[in-house]
Amino acid sequence: MYELSLIALITPLVGGLLAGLIGSKVNKSFTHWITTLGIFISFSISCWILVEVFLNPSLFLNQNIYEWMSIAGFNFKAGILIDHLTVSMMAVVTFISLMVHIYSIGYMHDDPGYHRFFCYISLFTFAMLLLVMSNNLLQLFFGWEGVGLMSYLLIGFWYKKESAIQANFKAFIVNRVGDMGLLLGIAVIFSIIGSLDYQTIFNSSTELVKAKISITNGYSVSAITLACLLLFFGAMGKSAQMPLHVWLPDSMEGPTPISALIHAATMVTAGVYMVARMSPLFELSSVALSVVLIVGATTALCAGLLGIVMCDIKRIIAYSTISQLGYMMVAAGVSAYSASVFHLMTHAFFKSLLFLAAGSVIIALHHEQDIRKMGGLKQYMPITYLAALIGSLSLIGFPGFAGFFSKDALIEAVAHSSTVGSEFAYYCVLIGVFVTALYTFRFLFMVFHGQTRFKGGEQIKESSWVILIPLILLSIPSILIAWPTFGVLVFGDFFSDSIRQISSYELFGFEYQSPLSFLIHSFSGPVIYLSVIGIFAAWVGYIKKPELPYKISNQFTTIHRVLVNKFYFDHFYENVIAKNTAKLGSAFWKFGDIKIIDDFLVNGTAIRIQKLSTITKKMQTGYIYHYALMMVIGLSLLLAWVIIKS
Amino acid sequence: MLALQSYLTLAAIVFAIGVMGIIINRKNIIILLMCTELLLLAVNFNFIAFSYFNQDITGQIFVFFILTVAAAEAAIGLAILVVLYRNKDSIDVQELQTLRE
Repeated sequence: MYELSLIALITPLVGGLLAGLIGSKVNKSFTHWITTLGIFISFSISCWILVEVFLNPSLFLNQNIYEWMSIAGFNFKAGILIDHLTVSMMAVVTFISLMVHIYSIGYMHDDPGYHRFFCYISLFTFAMLLLVMSNNLLQLFFGWEGVGLMSYLLIGFWYKKESAIQANFKAFIVNRVGDMGLLLGIAVIFSIIGSLDYQTIFNSSTELVKAKISITNGYSVSAITLACLLLFFGAMGKSAQMPLHVWLPDSMEGPTPISALIHAATMVTAGVYMVARMSPLFELSSVALSVVLIVGATTALCAGLLGIVMCDIKRIIAYSTISQLGYMMVAAGVSAYSASVFHLMTHAFFKSLLFLAAGSVIIALHHEQDIRKMGGLKQYMPITYLAALIGSLSLIGFPGFAGFFSKDALIEAVAHSSTVGSEFAYYCVLIGVFVTALYTFRFLFMVFHGQTRFKGGEQIKESSWVILIPLILLSIPSILIAWPTFGVLVFGDFFSDSIRQISSYELFGFEYQSPLSFLIHSFSGPVIYLSVIGIFAAWVGYIKKPELPYKISNQFTTIHRVLVNKFYFDHFYENVIAKNTAKLGSAFWKFGDIKIIDDFLVNGTAIRIQKLSTITKKMQTGYIYHYALMMVIGLSLLLAWVIIKS
Repeated sequence: MLALQSYLTLAAIVFAIGVMGIIINRKNIIILLMCTELLLLAVNFNFIAFSYFNQDITGQIFVFFILTVAAAEAAIGLAILVVLYRNKDSIDVQELQTLRE
């Protein structure tokens, strides 16, 4: 299994490098065949390992590949850890990546950067696999930065577009803020335990609990709380939690397959994955858990509210992604890591499905992204419509769909939790359910139903098969994935070898029997009714009485303005933080760089030497007798010195 | 019989005249050459005086060598001087300032 998992890790790298280095010299079909083949091999191996794991649950692999560095008695190794969490993530990542590869063959067909694109997404998949398969924090950090870099390159894929360049810059900087937290968190753990290996860290986590780290004189915090909070800060950056979410909506400047793969299904879930992976540590700090819970709940609600007022088809789904990531964090905050990871997986399927469906619409309308200029597309693009409908139903948690099981389990866990802040979180996620249904169906109704609001309707036709096949393949797990896996993954002890959590009865408050009984049980809760009300509200507002939303927004202008301006986060960052940082930088530049380095050190030295030499050059008269005189004087002085000394 | 001091004093005076000639002279490069000869002669004086008073013949032999070398040097110096004159049309020390650049 070790060799196989190594192959699964390496093939996307090889495919990506081949496509990038020699792809443009061969041809397009070579590029997409080699990369898709690489991902396909990786996907097959992941599935094989997954099946093996299901058949033999004690399967576990923790092996170092090689020693990367050895300094002062500390060893840093690169290694592979295959447990149930890793193998599930591998299967999801490679599956979505495979779908996106196939989809991109159609979507990027006429793009001049075809080879570059395939190279990047394959390398991204490699970095993501490296992240999830790592057995130590250092390699996790490497993968973390790798996916960040690929995300940067892909957001700015159309590098001649001004807005894309600004968006990728923004994403990179905001992620850097989060990464600093992650790095500091790793440093705290390393400074106390002296190792970055997961196993070692978890085995000696009591040391972290005992240790105190003093922040100022006389004030100290427990190392475990500090470490968990810093790690979570890193997760906030990568998983776009408020207030570090600002980069994700802007990252929609990249090509749509990228939005599906990186900014919805895989990379942004890295933060959730990391929190789940570090669950043995988070479990030891109730403060950190409460922070995770509250940040997640706030994000889940606020990002959902923003989704209602957005008009760009991709931005709606982007805010939805942020909101769903908030849900995952909420689940982690109430210690329901299995529900969190399960929601991560179902979300990966239905959100990439939604994004790819949106991409299909965008390309059919020749890169039109404003939903106010769409409408009535149902009759032109039936398969895309069906895919979007399945994705939407799954997203809002319609009974029976994959998203329903994961979201409902998660909300049950919040309801039965006693973590500080869980009441607040409970109301946030409940309102969030309504809001999710509202904005999802607003998007669906405005794009596919109602009147057509675009020109040249008769030319609109369904996308090609290479685009539709991934949609169909993603629709299947979006509906069905939960039925066979739900009980084992969420309520069973499938993740018990990698995630530490209390028994499912304590967590969810009821005895689980089968998916069907869970479905029936959920009718006694408010979640289903809330989402139905949300659909109804969307139907009233966007089909029955289209003038109603305008009336409401005119009635509540202040709230509407706050929402349209995205809670003024961007304003704040731009006008306060960015501007003051720029001022500070320019002050340093003017004083430190120009005054000290340029004027004093560099040019100053030159000027002083010049002045000195104008004085000394007067000694060089050129007259022989002057030199002779100097010689005599020098000789006399030397003689005098010798005589006096003796 | 004069004492050693007298010879050394004479030599020192001749040497000083030579040095002064080199330093103070602003006119003629030939005088420079002559002054150099004076310096050598002053040294020769010392050699002979010490040779005589120490009863050691080596010093006097040395003087012969120095005289020979001085003659050769004077010949070369004069040759250079002739070439210099051809190039510059002058043997004025004040004008020989090219070392400055």
